[in-house]
Amino acid sequence: MTGTFVGMPVFPKAAREAVGDSQLRRNLAHATGTIRAKRAAVVGEVEEWEELRLAGAAIKENVLLHLDEHLVRLEESLTKAGATVHWASDAEEACRIVGDIAAAHDATEVVKVKSMATQEIGLNEALAARGIDAWETDLAELIVQLGDDLSSHILVPAIHRNRAEIREIFASAMGEVGRPAPDDLTDEPARLAEAARLHLREKFLRAKVGVSGANFAVAETGSLVVVESEGNGRMCLTLPEVLVSVVGIEKILPTWDDLDVFLQLLPRSATGERMNPYTSVWSGVTPDDGPQEVHVVLLDNGRTRALADEVGRQALRCIRCSACLNVCPVYERTGGHAYGSVYPGPIGAILNPLLKGVGHDDQTDSLPYASTLCGACFEACPVRIDIPSVLVELRSQVVDAHRGGVPKPEAVAMKAAGATLASGRRLGLAERLAGTGIRLARRVGARPWTQARDLPDPPAESFRAWWRRTGGDER
Amino acid sequence: MSTREEILGRVRQAIGDTPRPTAEVPRGYRGVGEGLDRSAVLARFVERVEDYRATVTRCRAAEVAEVLAAAVTGRSVVVPPGLPWPVPGSVDDTGQSAAELDAIDAVVSAAALGIAETGTVVLDHGPGQGRRALTLVPDLHVCVLGAAQVVAGVPQAVARLDPASPQTWISGPSATSDIELDRVEGVHGPRTLHVVLVDDL
Ligand code: SF4
Repeated sequence: MTGTFVGMPVFPKAAREAVGDSQLRRNLAHATGTIRAKRAAVVGEVEEWEELRLAGAAIKENVLLHLDEHLVRLEESLTKAGATVHWASDAEEACRIVGDIAAAHDATEVVKVKSMATQEIGLNEALAARGIDAWETDLAELIVQLGDDLSSHILVPAIHRNRAEIREIFASAMGEVGRPAPDDLTDEPARLAEAARLHLREKFLRAKVGVSGANFAVAETGSLVVVESEGNGRMCLTLPEVLVSVVGIEKILPTWDDLDVFLQLLPRSATGERMNPYTSVWSGVTPDDGPQEVHVVLLDNGRTRALADEVGRQALRCIRCSACLNVCPVYERTGGHAYGSVYPGPIGAILNPLLKGVGHDDQTDSLPYASTLCGACFEACPVRIDIPSVLVELRSQVVDAHRGGVPKPEAVAMKAAGATLASGRRLGLAERLAGTGIRLARRVGARPWTQARDLPDPPAESFRAWWRRTGGDER
Repeated sequence: MSTREEILGRVRQAIGDTPRPTAEVPRGYRGVGEGLDRSAVLARFVERVEDYRATVTRCRAAEVAEVLAAAVTGRSVVVPPGLPWPVPGSVDDTGQSAAELDAIDAVVSAAALGIAETGTVVLDHGPGQGRRALTLVPDLHVCVLGAAQVVAGVPQAVARLDPASPQTWISGPSATSDIELDRVEGVHGPRTLHVVLVDDL
């Protein structure tokens, strides 16, 4: 079973360990380099890209400021389309709802489409505790599950594994939970994909209950949308008799037509494709086609807390494309595990503190410092989330939460850099300030974080300058 | 208080009494691609479908039956109700179970529309397209669409589609980028996609 992130060390410590792992760093550099080039190419061919980003940001912002109205409308449309709507305040409540539905059908297993929301709530572990096996069917999730590992990337949870490691995991673990890997399995990606196809086929064909998330939920029509590549999503959404979708309350789009923005932004930002192989759309129950019992669980789990943060609220626009991870110089060196959450990278550095609140645990409080404020994430983000500004805001919240004690030196240093950034200067300036922040941090003795980083000195050439020079700049 | 009321209450509290302006959404992107002439749209569609390593055959309406016969030759094949073309040796969709469909090699279907910009075919599972499982489980999917059904871009497609029907947007055969982020074709969905574009339909 997939492990959990409970009890992870604070970011600087975890990061120090990660950057010492040269295999991990090679795997990550290779994978993020590949995806950056692909994304730059397909984004570059869309002339109206900036306008799409503005439209995406505006649509999501409108949703957030009217979220109560949209939620009520979504519930209405879903109910009319034959779905049963449930509401869950937190992870425990959501897991209980899904478990109860599976139990009502005497299911001892469910097949799962890759879903960040179900990972966030620890659904697999909760179902296991009730004697229900949850089979991950996305290839990368399968690698993580079979390897008893942790996810390290939003889109490609096994990005830290190379082909040889994946072969090992398949050869040793598949047989324990179903059809074993072929004896002559090689580390060729096509052979590995085929092994996954054979292994999961029997699980798809016999599954009674499917569990998914949703990339989008259209309030106007009650349509849920799942974007995927392998067809495992289609299998889980189509073949079982019962389908349960766990959907964060921020996943709403007001109208069907708004999808025309997001079905352009998401695939190009995520896998660097003009379009992902498969997108499934369904609205409740379709007679004689697919699951005849459809449930939707609307999940809060900290989202209303994030919504209350006027600066941080924009993090709820996130469509989980992971472009910000792929361009982040910190992520590329530390990998995802160091962030101690299913949401790693720049978005994780803001989303985790926003969902959980600051001042409760050191691990979460360390995340807003997991950045050089270089601004690459903001430039890549298809919904224009200004991650650097939110990081700066959260750093000051962490400092405030710790007021009374002596503030941590890196907090003071980063806040100094941050205050200037927040005053509305341009990003080019922010980049130079990042260097200032690091220098300042060293002067006041913020050792752990700066030691963990790969670049002990502020780079002579800024990341963004390097990015442009080496052709990473997509426009 | 129910969880529903609690969540809605928290949402309202979070947004607070601040005015709730509705931001203007720029929609200029919707005009893009409108100006392209038809032959350019179709050429782009073909190029982009092939880019995913799918096969494209262009033919005339009178040739469809022949093209289909060649595409599925030597395989067992299932067809949805309402398919306008004969497929030699095919069995009808009689509500076969997933396991039964798994024993069938190929499926032939129509489509709702095609998108040139992204090389996508969209099924809305209407007549000739069948229930969703039918075009999912068999390993070869032969999909027929008329040239008039191909639109320039995603906005034109979304505007034409009715969300009341389930939809499957298909861009190439099933694929994964999960191993070192290299794309490999052929996972759980059909490993071969063959698009038949009918010029005079
Ligand atoms: S924050 Fe933006 S770039 Fe990062 S995953 Fe979310 S949508 Fe993508």
